[in-house]
Amino acid sequence: MKFPNSQATVYNDTVVRQFAIMTVVWGVVGMLVGVIIAAQLTWPELNLGIPWLSYGRLRPLHTNAVIFAFGGCGLFATAYYVVQRTCQVRLFSDKLAAFTFWGWQLVILAAAISLPLGFTQGKEYAELEWPIDILITLVWVAFAVVFFGTVGTRKVRHIYVANWFYGAFILAVALLHLVNSAAIPAGFMKSYSAYAGVQDAMVQWWYGHNAVGFFLTAGFLGMMYYFIPKQAERPVYSYRLSIVHFWALIFTYMWAGPHHLHYTALPDWTQSVGMVFSLILLAPSWGGMINGIMTLSGAWHKLRDDPILRFLIVSLSFYGMSTFEGPMMSIKTVNALSHYTDWTVGHVHSGALGWVGLVTMGSMYYLIPKLFGQKKMYSVKAIEIHFWTATIGIVIYIAAMWIAGVMQGLMWRAINADGTLTYTFVESVKATYPFYVLRLLGGVLYLGGMLIMLWNVIKTATAGRAVKVNIPAVTAHA
Amino acid sequence: MDILYLLIPLSVVLVFFILAGFWWAIYRGQFEDIEAEGERILRND
Repeated sequence: MKFPNSQATVYNDTVVRQFAIMTVVWGVVGMLVGVIIAAQLTWPELNLGIPWLSYGRLRPLHTNAVIFAFGGCGLFATAYYVVQRTCQVRLFSDKLAAFTFWGWQLVILAAAISLPLGFTQGKEYAELEWPIDILITLVWVAFAVVFFGTVGTRKVRHIYVANWFYGAFILAVALLHLVNSAAIPAGFMKSYSAYAGVQDAMVQWWYGHNAVGFFLTAGFLGMMYYFIPKQAERPVYSYRLSIVHFWALIFTYMWAGPHHLHYTALPDWTQSVGMVFSLILLAPSWGGMINGIMTLSGAWHKLRDDPILRFLIVSLSFYGMSTFEGPMMSIKTVNALSHYTDWTVGHVHSGALGWVGLVTMGSMYYLIPKLFGQKKMYSVKAIEIHFWTATIGIVIYIAAMWIAGVMQGLMWRAINADGTLTYTFVESVKATYPFYVLRLLGGVLYLGGMLIMLWNVIKTATAGRAVKVNIPAVTAHA
Repeated sequence: MDILYLLIPLSVVLVFFILAGFWWAIYRGQFEDIEAEGERILRND
């Protein structure tokens, strides 16, 4: 069967450009909200007594903005770019691709309005109410049709490993969203979850951790497996290992979720299953990290003068760090100390700022000049400054949260000889204050780097123009 | 914990789908000469 996209002679880079620009814009917005709520934790008066600006409403706005707006747009942009380049065919449907862009922006806009107004399902990373959930579902189905349609009409026989990661991310997120967001509507913008009590908690964390696994890991690994080889101009260290990495990761990921519910009403054996699967995950994660970093084997000197490569490689170091820290924190005895403390917040941000953030920024610095017909970004020096600002910001942030978290855990469990608690809760809050100030400083640095990026992207885009890129004539087996 | 009667069978079904994908990839020649595939993306786009 002949599809119109297989006759096309140029790639569809319009939608890639749109998503790439919005990645940077939403990055600034999401991180700004993060800095605001970090400041509110330090100085609670900063909510100014206005309900719309209270911490409880802005916090989900921050997480949704950075994960689904910044991360999501980055995943759409790179998935559309990588699938076209590696399959050497235009996107399956231009209209559906355009629908995913405008639909996704509408989801983000709806989130930015409804969350401060207090509309929420109360499920972490799945706060959006049912009408928005339906829109997400429509956009996601369109995304799947465009992506898998493009893979299905490919001109290259082999499906490049990055596409497997993107494909798994799209399918898994569809399943997770449908199961976890099942709810009974009770009017416009109000609903009740289809599950109750501990059942609801189990579904929520089955969703929550797999969102980390498939949205924030598998998707961004797709990015890593394309953009690191391209930027380093070397093939991935072991292509064989990348295949093993993929299958091992998706076979073992699904049951790590219960580690979010240690020492709760969840049956003890289910908690243990979650812990064991979390520990197993260390192996494929580190296999992938080593594979990515070793891609530079024999070309380490490139790290010295290529700030984009530094973004990408340092992101993998943070991936390695947080995929070691995660399994350790899932061990019940460690979790008894770390759970509910700021250590968890530090762990999440080592993954989010370090891995997801840096790999996205590095990929965008590779992608954006190409999309506007430029050889490189307007200012390479600015990329360099961004790299150092972001890295120092992350280190300050996570170090502050580690110290704060362990301190809180130890204070909460300290017991006097007569069996009473040594510290009141508020004493642990007071002791955390200096670390909240430090965390704010780390966040400001990270946001500052992102603002430099926005300036650099605007300069690059306005200096160039949108170019059409020809699809190379098919050389090998069609 | 009735929810496990949904989530565990769902995982089992999913594993079968993943196995089917793996099977397809092996027997449709996706993994023949795989190291060369890593180099292809560097040559043309």
